[in-house]
Amino acid sequence: MSVRRHGSPRTVQVIRRLLRAYALRRVLKAVITVWIVVTATFFLVRLMPGSPVEVYIHTLISQYGFTYDEAANQAAALFAFDPNQPLLVQYLDYLRSLARGDLGQSLVSPGTPVSSILLSYLPWTLFSAGLGLFVSFVSGLFLGMLMAYRRGGLIDHVLTALGSFFQAVPNYLVAIVLIVFLGVQLGWLPVTKMRGAVSPGVQPGLTVAFVADVLYHAALPVLTYVLTTVGSWMLLMKSSTLSTLEEDYVTVARARGLSDGRIMRAYVGRNAVLPLFAQVAIAAGFVVGGSVVIERIFVYEGIGFVLLDAINRRDYPLMQGIFFVITLSVIAANLLADLLYSRLDPRIRRHPAEGDR
Amino acid sequence: MSAEAVVVRHRRYPLRQLAAWLRDLLRHDKVGFLGVLGILFFVGLALFGPIVVPEPGKPDVTKIYQPPSLEHPLGTDYEGRDVLAQVLRGGRSLIVVAVLAALLSTVIAITFGALAAYLGGTVDSLTGLVTDVILTIPQFPLLVVLSAFVKLDRPWLLAVLIGLLSWPTLLRAVRAQVLSLKEREYVEAARALGLSTFHILFREILPNMAPYIVMSFTIGVTSAIYAQVGLYFLGLAPLAGENWGIMLNLAWVRGAIFFKDSVLYILSPILAIALLQLSLVTAARSLEGLFNPRLRES
Repeated sequence: MSVRRHGSPRTVQVIRRLLRAYALRRVLKAVITVWIVVTATFFLVRLMPGSPVEVYIHTLISQYGFTYDEAANQAAALFAFDPNQPLLVQYLDYLRSLARGDLGQSLVSPGTPVSSILLSYLPWTLFSAGLGLFVSFVSGLFLGMLMAYRRGGLIDHVLTALGSFFQAVPNYLVAIVLIVFLGVQLGWLPVTKMRGAVSPGVQPGLTVAFVADVLYHAALPVLTYVLTTVGSWMLLMKSSTLSTLEEDYVTVARARGLSDGRIMRAYVGRNAVLPLFAQVAIAAGFVVGGSVVIERIFVYEGIGFVLLDAINRRDYPLMQGIFFVITLSVIAANLLADLLYSRLDPRIRRHPAEGDR
Repeated sequence: MSAEAVVVRHRRYPLRQLAAWLRDLLRHDKVGFLGVLGILFFVGLALFGPIVVPEPGKPDVTKIYQPPSLEHPLGTDYEGRDVLAQVLRGGRSLIVVAVLAALLSTVIAITFGALAAYLGGTVDSLTGLVTDVILTIPQFPLLVVLSAFVKLDRPWLLAVLIGLLSWPTLLRAVRAQVLSLKEREYVEAARALGLSTFHILFREILPNMAPYIVMSFTIGVTSAIYAQVGLYFLGLAPLAGENWGIMLNLAWVRGAIFFKDSVLYILSPILAIALLQLSLVTAARSLEGLFNPRLRES
């Protein structure tokens, strides 16, 4: 007993240091990932045969009679680097302007900074995809626990079948079917009115009208996200709950005569959710990625919609900026989930070697 | 049942093993059995569809968007060609590319995952870093962006791109499995016998992971199909040739959703893709049950 009392402040210290190191390592890893992605996109845009910068310069020269220097200067302003400089200098310039939050300017609408385009479209994607993820995660947890507790029953079978079905079918097919039936063939929903992120003329603000309008426009994308992802959360939660139910501490809790409700909440539920947190990060990436097609189908004006627009018009700085932001949000979500997970599950920070992957 | 016994049997009579597995599946897991049947059906369609089924006919403006009839059981498309023939012929390129992509990513994941776990040290941390980077890059947006630089008109290019982006999850799983399996007695025995690392990894350890590897290969095929159809639907891959993704794109762009008679035109590729994905996922799930008996009991 006395040894323990002696040791405890030191143990606390060591754990604190480890936690700090763990968080530090995670942040470092995230920064390295961002750097690698930025570098890769830079060299992709700059070095590909028929580089968009060269193409742009040549268009300026041939169509508008610019001299090469004028054209190069113009391109420098748009791409946030100067094509006359050696590649390494360009690269460093590009990194410097990125660090200032300067992502260059749109090629198609000159004078518009990419960052301002991002700022006006990104919130809609974050909102709709985030809402979809949240709703499907929470309902998946409850349905999964329900399935685990009633395993072998009717609810379990029906939910498993439905979950597998929607999980298997690509989300854009679900979106198309929703439009074909709800929108056109049955005519229940005015899908053309539901396009866009808000109705024109509605004033942003914390008013009922605005919130209702935002939800109205986001309803179909969110419904698609929920339908296509709730199945996997459900099934994950079910298997996680099943393995938690076999743990010794649950048996002990039962033996202690604790109520079933309390065991379910405090012992089974909490521990069963833990492994799912790591999955949320990966799912966040997938949802952002999947939004590209969904937003196109519903004409929901988020970042995925603009990305396709940028690609169709070959607006390289905008494309680069959007891809950067999408990747950045995935990395940030991963980092957040890792840090959160390590707070929730102390085993990870105590054994950093195992939790490192 | 010892794992080694299964491996030995598997090596000697692969076909009999497969038949025994299918019988077992039919008895215990009807849904999984249906999934495997579905996969066999689609593989047959990919192999023989374009050979057996005649071409969907020449464009004919007088036959645009016809309702289903005996001559055209699923109606006709926006230029008057038979929809059924297109559906039956349109699986091959998607499935071939998806299988190639999944094969590539499985080979990468197994090789580097096993080596990373077995060798440890620098190799392990290096693969770990690369895995983390690739895993955090959202696959589909990257493919979308790449389509602006690379013409995705050669099927193998699409397969290589998708394959190169989709190995990280399996790699992590292989690494974790090898880490735990390499402490087993039979591996230590093999090491004590002086067998090579290659032999231990690929003859002793990996065969025990076979169901898991086949399962993630199946999942890999589904995600490759997702990516391909997505690219075709958005018109980012060239719309040359015939496959379900191209059908979907044309049906959507040419307004097939707005008419009663042409709804089948857009629904048939959707149904084909959905059934294919469903077969793959249910088969994968029953393989998961084989690998993780805890799930099978439920």
